Amino acid sequence: MTDAPLLRVHNVSKFYGSRIGCRDVSFDLWPGEVLAVVGESGSGKSTLLNCLSTRLLPTTGSIEYHMRDGKYRDLYRMSEAERRFLMRTDWGFVHQNPADGLRMTVSAGANVGERLMAVGGRHYGNIRSTATDWLGRVEIGADRIDDQPRAFSGGMRQRLQIARNLVTGPRLVFMDEPTGGLDVSVQARLLDLVRNLVNDLGLSAIIVTHDLAVARLLSHRMMVMKDGLVIEQGLTDRVLDDPRQPYTQLLVSSILQV
Amino acid sequence: MIPDVSQDNGLATYNFAYLDEQTKRMIRRAILKAIAIPGYQVPFASREMPMPYGWGTGGVQVTAAILGPDDVLKVIDQGADDTTNAVSIRAFFQKVANVAVTTRTVDATIIQTRHRIPEEKLSAGQVLVYQVPIPEPLRFLEPRETETRKMHALEEYGLMHVKLYEDIARNGHIATTYAYPVKVHRRYVMDPSPTPKFDNPKMHMSPALQLFGAGREKRIYAVPPFTDVVSLDFEDHPFAIQHFDKPCALCGADHVYLDEVILDDKGGRMFVCSDTDYCEDRRAHGHAGEMLAKEAAE
Repeated sequence: MTDAPLLRVHNVSKFYGSRIGCRDVSFDLWPGEVLAVVGESGSGKSTLLNCLSTRLLPTTGSIEYHMRDGKYRDLYRMSEAERRFLMRTDWGFVHQNPADGLRMTVSAGANVGERLMAVGGRHYGNIRSTATDWLGRVEIGADRIDDQPRAFSGGMRQRLQIARNLVTGPRLVFMDEPTGGLDVSVQARLLDLVRNLVNDLGLSAIIVTHDLAVARLLSHRMMVMKDGLVIEQGLTDRVLDDPRQPYTQLLVSSILQV
Repeated sequence: MIPDVSQDNGLATYNFAYLDEQTKRMIRRAILKAIAIPGYQVPFASREMPMPYGWGTGGVQVTAAILGPDDVLKVIDQGADDTTNAVSIRAFFQKVANVAVTTRTVDATIIQTRHRIPEEKLSAGQVLVYQVPIPEPLRFLEPRETETRKMHALEEYGLMHVKLYEDIARNGHIATTYAYPVKVHRRYVMDPSPTPKFDNPKMHMSPALQLFGAGREKRIYAVPPFTDVVSLDFEDHPFAIQHFDKPCALCGADHVYLDEVILDDKGGRMFVCSDTDYCEDRRAHGHAGEMLAKEAAE
């Protein structure tokens, strides 16, 4: 890890009219760090994720990103062209529903290759071999490269979505409930895969989840949100083993023990 | 400036070229803007025309806006001058504008076309008007208009190559044969309307002005004379036009676009020029293809 944070978030708030989406959220994200944002439905974690990933304009606050040239840029002071370029090269966004993040009507290979073509890849052979390589890394057989994601199972779609995001070697990946809607054994495999990829590539990630097991397995640090506010944050093991806020204690104690 | 034409004989009549002068002015402004930004789709207030959408309402409006009393009009559909659509549009302008019409490419000042660019090389001063069904090249991959506009504005054209990638992945080569996307003036990606990709190279540095009108989608775009038009491709799968094994069966022309004509129900067929005027002209000059030679021998 280097000594400069990758993302500096300062007092980000989002109001929907008089209602609060999220309020006064501040944190630093360091290179190689995985941050989990947990909380119940409606606690503002998705609003926060959308604000961070430039998909939703926050009402107040600033979000600064450490660009590859070493300078910090405020995301909302960049031009739209720069933001979109950043989103498809240096960032990834993994949706809960793979259909939102994939092009369902084009083949798996084209899904993975799209970002390469978007940054100027014009050699079919090279694009295809990179796509094949990435499908292998997310445990999708090379013989499925010309199949459409419609023909894939839920778990495969989610892995394909991850490959599609990681192909340009991003430094920061946002994940919105990446294991939602998958059965437990598929979840376990996916989590294992994500953990290895994050370790191998030295990615930073912000993962929104309501599943504390996901947070425990993947994240180094976590934030607990309630009613749009961050009520507790710290190292994952510390928060889960020694929750201080009453709500966090409730959350931790409500995990089913099998 | 095209002068207004009065045909006042005391009776109520169509305005010259059907559209009223304010509408023509609006369309001309859109055309001028389109010429100023090659390949950019300019929205315009498309009117109802006395023909259904899909029959060339966009092209007819563009033609009506640029047509003057001294113009000579040629209308082709699939390269032919004698198909229903071409005949009725030609008759329409004869009736509402009383202009001279022709089937000869060299004589025409305005050529309205549905699918083809004439084989005869166009010259400066001629205007080619295309009837466009779907002007947006990105449409089938990105259904949102807001998003495709943004992609054009920010020059994000990676998606266009996704389509070509799919072609190669499925068929081993770029299987798009018509409406093949081009980049105009090194900036905008444009759909050349459903012309065969055979005609794409003719757009490049053409001395004629090319105007595209999409009536239902309410868009006009243009390629000014002598503009760079490049077909998109991959480095290892370069753009190539169709090639035909045999020359035209009637006029023996090589390197032209051919249509297949079924002759009987026993598998008999011939391939003839899709550009009827070009074919007739060659035959008039004594060229004879395989089919004509056979007939002459019998």
